Amino acid sequence: MADQVPAIGRREALRCLAYGGAGTLFVLAGGVLTPLDLAGAADGGGVAGRPLFVQLSDTHIGFARDANPDVGATLEAAVERINALAAQPAFVLHTGDITHLSRAAEFDTAAELLGGLRAAELHTVPGEHDVADAAVSEYFARFGRASGHRGYYSFDHAGVHFVGLVNVLAFKPGGLGALGPAQLAWLEDDLRGRTSSTPVVVFAHMPLWTIYEPWGWGTGDAGPALALLRRFGSVTVLNGHIHQIVQKVEGHITFHTARSTAYPQPAAGAGSGPGPLVVPPAALRAALGVTSVTLRRHPLALALSDATLA
Amino acid sequence: MNARSRRLLPLRWLAAALWGAAAATAAPAAAPYTIKLEHFMFGPSTVRVPAGTLVRWQNLDGEPHTVVSVDGLFRSGALDQGDGFAFRFERPGTYRYGCSIHPQMVGTIVVTAAP
Repeated sequence: MADQVPAIGRREALRCLAYGGAGTLFVLAGGVLTPLDLAGAADGGGVAGRPLFVQLSDTHIGFARDANPDVGATLEAAVERINALAAQPAFVLHTGDITHLSRAAEFDTAAELLGGLRAAELHTVPGEHDVADAAVSEYFARFGRASGHRGYYSFDHAGVHFVGLVNVLAFKPGGLGALGPAQLAWLEDDLRGRTSSTPVVVFAHMPLWTIYEPWGWGTGDAGPALALLRRFGSVTVLNGHIHQIVQKVEGHITFHTARSTAYPQPAAGAGSGPGPLVVPPAALRAALGVTSVTLRRHPLALALSDATLA
Repeated sequence: MNARSRRLLPLRWLAAALWGAAAATAAPAAAPYTIKLEHFMFGPSTVRVPAGTLVRWQNLDGEPHTVVSVDGLFRSGALDQGDGFAFRFERPGTYRYGCSIHPQMVGTIVVTAAP
């Protein structure tokens, strides 16, 4: 129940919002994060229960420039890392930009590499790089069935409600990402009747809050979506797109963007645009990574853990 | 153009084809015009061309871009560095377009009556 979510000192929690070199594990309870020991979590000692799921993002299969000449190898490294977890996650979420140019061969390579995951299920939402083909058909031919070819859909797992949203198909030039009226109406319908104590995980490619408008890092009509989510006691919003971790907490809603497995991007506003950031080869894998999410039953909480590929 | 557009917009395409046939007999072809996609911008972002002009876009960025009409008239696939796309503007009017990968990139083609 929502009123059973433990009260954690917000000031104390916010003081701990820093990432150590080895990664810091955050327990999410009622929208407030508190860090746990990642080393303890790695062997299952820090957080009870197996990882609920792992988030992969921005694999950009097909990219082969200086920032990472071999994105297949770094995706393989991410897959190996996930497969090596002592307790396997129930599924893997991919928050988009599976491919770089929406080409059939890129999707085929991605499918082959992602097929190496031990986890039984893969849930996806498209990034704008996945729907850049002229006919907008390659992504939907492969991943459209889960959503009736709309791209957005929901499912339930372990008492958690998961909502995959698409904010890369309806944006207007000069604006931000967009969900569009049809999807917002669907979301309202999807959430109606669900108890506010149900933990909700929302995943979409572009951030659902505005990180940097000049580069389009945000979703113009995220407001109405967030208004529908605000009554829930624990909401976790997971995005990709910006190839770096940015996080914020707003009420009971925690926003978190994942690292890419392909290449880093500059911090907001650094340089002429959000292109690939070239780092020294030895530093690349420390700039790439995945996010693990664990469900803790008592008290009910979701834990986010970011790990690099270094 | 792509198959999806043809399926969705048969009348528009039929009209464009008929107009094109008429224009081809009525006026000499205008010189092609090239717009560069560089540093996450269409350069120049606003151009004026006479009706019948073939407008070409060429991506010079290491990051892919697309050229997508706001009203669905044209849509390129992903343009990698060095790739190009072209569309012939037969009818006078103002045509807005953008990049479906980078919403901050916008452009306008103002097509004037043929000389």
